[in-house]
Amino acid sequence: MTEQKKHKLSILLSIFGVVVLAAALFGVYATTSSSDMLRTVLQLGAIYALVAVSMNLLNGFTGLFSLGQAGFMALGAYVFAIFTIPTAQRPGVYYLYGVADWLANIELPIIPALILAGLICALMAAIIGAPVLRLKSDYFAIATLGFAEIVRIVVGSSPMNRITNGSLGLKLIPKFPSFFFPFIVVGICIFIVWLLINSSYGRAFKAIREDEIAAEAMGINLAKHKQMSFIISSFFGGIGGALMAMYMGAITSTTFNVTLTYNILLIVVIGGMGSLTGSILSSFIVIAAREWWLRFLDQPLWIAGVQIPLFKTGFRMVVFSIILMIVVLFFRKGIMGTKEFNWNFILKRLDQKEKAPVGGEGNE
Amino acid sequence: MTATAFLQYCLAGISIGGIYALIAIGYTMVYGILRLINFAHGDIFMMAAYFMIFAMVDFALPWYVSIIIVLAATVILGVVIERVAYKPLRTAPRMSIMISAIGVSYLLQNLATYLFSALPKGYPKIEFLTKSITLGSISTSVVTFITPILTLVFVFLLLQLINHTKIGMAMRAVSKDFETSQLMGIKINRVISFTFVIGCFLAATGSILYFTPRPSVYPLVGSLPGLKCFIAAVFGGIGSIPGAMLGGFVIGLSETFIKAAGYSEFSDVFTFILLIVVLLFKPTGLFGEKITEKV
Repeated sequence: MTEQKKHKLSILLSIFGVVVLAAALFGVYATTSSSDMLRTVLQLGAIYALVAVSMNLLNGFTGLFSLGQAGFMALGAYVFAIFTIPTAQRPGVYYLYGVADWLANIELPIIPALILAGLICALMAAIIGAPVLRLKSDYFAIATLGFAEIVRIVVGSSPMNRITNGSLGLKLIPKFPSFFFPFIVVGICIFIVWLLINSSYGRAFKAIREDEIAAEAMGINLAKHKQMSFIISSFFGGIGGALMAMYMGAITSTTFNVTLTYNILLIVVIGGMGSLTGSILSSFIVIAAREWWLRFLDQPLWIAGVQIPLFKTGFRMVVFSIILMIVVLFFRKGIMGTKEFNWNFILKRLDQKEKAPVGGEGNE
Repeated sequence: MTATAFLQYCLAGISIGGIYALIAIGYTMVYGILRLINFAHGDIFMMAAYFMIFAMVDFALPWYVSIIIVLAATVILGVVIERVAYKPLRTAPRMSIMISAIGVSYLLQNLATYLFSALPKGYPKIEFLTKSITLGSISTSVVTFITPILTLVFVFLLLQLINHTKIGMAMRAVSKDFETSQLMGIKINRVISFTFVIGCFLAATGSILYFTPRPSVYPLVGSLPGLKCFIAAVFGGIGSIPGAMLGGFVIGLSETFIKAAGYSEFSDVFTFILLIVVLLFKPTGLFGEKITEKV
């Protein structure tokens, strides 16, 4: 099989895979009720997949260890919420402080508001990126962490009362228009990131990750590429935050604390730093494990009339964090390492079949 | 602001600054030797508070026994964390060990939520520390007054230890060059464990002093002070003990005065802005050593 043919075949297989996944999703939609756990896990998993991919773009592909993801998510979520809460219901939401005058009559449809949320995050990233990106590895991490905390505190502070409703948070944020909405948005966003990773920019990012000095010597503009990676990552982080706001329907500034960043980071680590498919896979697995499969650990367990003392509220998170530690310590590469999912395992098999002597054909 | 009020705030600021300094030393020493931001340090501080509740409330021990138990338990916890979570990653890239530290912090928080529930628990009162005293025109509690003194004493002792003992010399050697000092016959693991012993001892002391005047403890209580103390360490120049102390006092004082001026919501914002400003203009901090980049 020639390379070209292989390439074509793998694209076909990918399209086929997407169709199968879409069909499976439709199957879930048709067979489950709206409050089913599976639906919740899939939607939340998709949102986390987008945020994890955006973090991976920065941490895994460009080698910039950022801990500011929650800050950008908070910004995105708040921008989205401020512009989409229906104007008629705003007096109810801002019942204590009243809504700012310029804001009272502006209401955006969902899609433009999503894009606006992303753009504002990108703008913020551009502003803080210029100084912060000059810092080296762990200093960069702590500076972005500081930025995230600043965003969180400012958003929940009293001078912002008439815009963000201060510490009360925002509610009545429009829900997903349909079950499929988050999957479509996340799918499009991740596809864009995938295109980026496979372009010359993506290769430049990886070069920076492997060795900054060598990359610079090869003529890669470090400042420009780091800035670009930071801005794009923040853009999608913002959209992820907006989706999170839609999913939850109500947000406060404490939703986006440091723990959220840690959660996302650990998802990225489990999936493999530098693998998009790894991040996506691990988002769904981690969310399903945390929200669904390990739920039973929080319930009291009775065996033969004796209550097992370990099982009580919070045990789930302890088990979950121990699993995380085991992955971090012993399986440092995560599920996928830096590899991506591909169709080689099928293509190879096809190849072998073609090469194997087929009875009769050549002998005649 | 009257002179009395000013002095009152100064004392409060120096006191909280002293606690920050004690915790910041733990960060700065670990960073100096392992080049690791020990994200779990703030949670070790939190666990020390729970140990105190355990000892004094659940076992009804007198305060002097409890303090010894808290110090010992915290030190053991810190050394165990180092052995289990950091030691296997000695040769791994720095990012991995930092992720491991974040994982430990996450684990400790969840463990505390599981063991002690997420609800705030009352911190036991140590009679002798909460007694109020009057110094001239200002009245304060014993703990506020002895904190800065205790801090200075500990810093002095620590500097003596580092500059004039054999293990101190080993620590300095390891922080200068990890591999060479190993070749020179220094038992790295012992030095690192010892660093954690000192760091956790100071964190436990800081925890007792921090929580005594405060009403309650909850599992996430350590994360924000932890971050602030790390900032104090960065401000003073990471790796430098006098720097960490100075950073702690600066942050404690400025925080207290910002709160006094009525902007208590923004006191943490100020700390983080201070961090970013320091990193931008003097990334090595006030007393930090300049690091040259090698290919």
